[in-house]
Amino acid sequence: MNAIETCQLSLWYGTFQALKGITLEVEQGGITALIGPSGCGKTTLLRCCNRINERIPSVRTTGEIQILGKNIYDADVSLLELRKLAGMVFQRPNPLPMSIYENIVFGMRLHAPPEERTRAVLDQAVEKALTGTGLWDDLKDKLHTPAISLQLEQQQKLCIARLLPLQPEIILMDEPCAALDIAGTESIEQLIRSWKGVYTTLIVTHNMAQARRVSSHSAFMLSGELVENGLTEPLFTQPKDPRTAEYVSGHLA
Amino acid sequence: MNRFATTPLVQAKLRQEALASYAALGMLVCILLPLFGMVGDLVWQAAPSLTWQFLTTAPTHGMREGGVRPAFIGTLYLVTISLAVATPIGVLAAVYLTEYAQDTWFNRAVNIAVLNLAGVPSIVHALFGLGAFVYAAQLGYSILSASLTLAIMTMPVIIASTREALLSVPRSYREACWNLGASRWQTIRAIVLPNALSGILTGVILQVSRAAGETAPIMFTGAVFYKAIQPGTLLPYALDEQCMALSMHLYTLSTQTPGVAASIPNATAVLLLGLVFLVNSAAIGLRTFLRSRGK
Repeated sequence: MNAIETCQLSLWYGTFQALKGITLEVEQGGITALIGPSGCGKTTLLRCCNRINERIPSVRTTGEIQILGKNIYDADVSLLELRKLAGMVFQRPNPLPMSIYENIVFGMRLHAPPEERTRAVLDQAVEKALTGTGLWDDLKDKLHTPAISLQLEQQQKLCIARLLPLQPEIILMDEPCAALDIAGTESIEQLIRSWKGVYTTLIVTHNMAQARRVSSHSAFMLSGELVENGLTEPLFTQPKDPRTAEYVSGHLA
Repeated sequence: MNRFATTPLVQAKLRQEALASYAALGMLVCILLPLFGMVGDLVWQAAPSLTWQFLTTAPTHGMREGGVRPAFIGTLYLVTISLAVATPIGVLAAVYLTEYAQDTWFNRAVNIAVLNLAGVPSIVHALFGLGAFVYAAQLGYSILSASLTLAIMTMPVIIASTREALLSVPRSYREACWNLGASRWQTIRAIVLPNALSGILTGVILQVSRAAGETAPIMFTGAVFYKAIQPGTLLPYALDEQCMALSMHLYTLSTQTPGVAASIPNATAVLLLGLVFLVNSAAIGLRTFLRSRGK
């Protein structure tokens, strides 16, 4: 079963075509890496998956994206529900300007009916989300301090933690470690690996070593086209397309 | 199966959304209706007097006939001179406050004082102008006194808006410049000011309308009820003379002169609006041009 299936997906920013007929399947519960040089369209593809692109004027899309078996461009798709089930982690940590606690319950306040948002429920959700991202022991005594005051690594983990109470099925990550040091990168990667079978993870990365470390499947994009995709190890060791071979060996700018 | 169906909770949220957006739209209409109503009514009432002669002739028969040429030119004088004085001083003061001044209690106090000055009623500036320029500096009741009073009035707002514009230039631009060995002033000239220019202009534009519209400051310092000027020249006033001005003229027509046809004050008001509109459009055009040039 596939969590995400795009079919002939094309996207234009004005007259510039950023995606050219992408057809890609993303396995449910798996970890899939999108690789390719800057400007190849991988972030654009990622942002299509929860339709966060659409507030940008002049964006035009054709084709289909099936998420959890439903074309998300259908008229009966609620964007609010879509984004709840397909959450995104951005390149720079972007905690909301409020306390750690409020950051985590923010999504619940948006999505759960008031009678389900008792103090106990919220407290429990915060503990669970922070435990799930390995932050609980460090932060349990300062839940009400501003999220902005945390270190970058903690901020990024908090941005991941605040998705979890919504019980997402898909987590979209746009170079989540770009702003972090080696230790931070390692612990985020560990977290991603632990999601195997729980969440479907689609991760954009410039770091090919990272793609090999965390993903089971990889897709290589170049100038808006999907060049090659499949299991990560064969893609890196025996690429079928010469352009893939060039890129993974580090020769293509 | 549609996992993203519209649940009742989502429906409630969409209803709230519709309500909020319609409320916001409604408020916009509430603002636009009176605005268009007012301008429309003004133009309607002014129509009989809106001729080319109105702009090019002086008032005659005790203001009951003729045009507003001396007042129109007087307003151009006052606005031009006051902003020519206030803009460089205000911008440089803001440059000092943002780019050079250390963050001390004194400078913070100056900043707060500037913000407060921006809120001082124009009649207070008028009184200050009367004491400072007319009497103490012995400039007398003159265009110079009136323009300087308007400059004092507009300067704090120009300082405040320039400061905002300067602060919105990213620090990384300055650091890049310093790292190449540029002095502070070179950085300001080459990077900070050009990038803040459109924000600075916005502040100055707003002050054009204020300088053109305020009556009290010029009434105290240099604007008169009636002044005959030489026809046919573009610069009929000397700076130490008194002058007529559109705002003052509008006031005297409406309150001090019996038996004036309603179309004359209305046409004066339309002219004042037109002037401000013209200057603002030109400045907005300039700003768009500067932005499109990549700053």
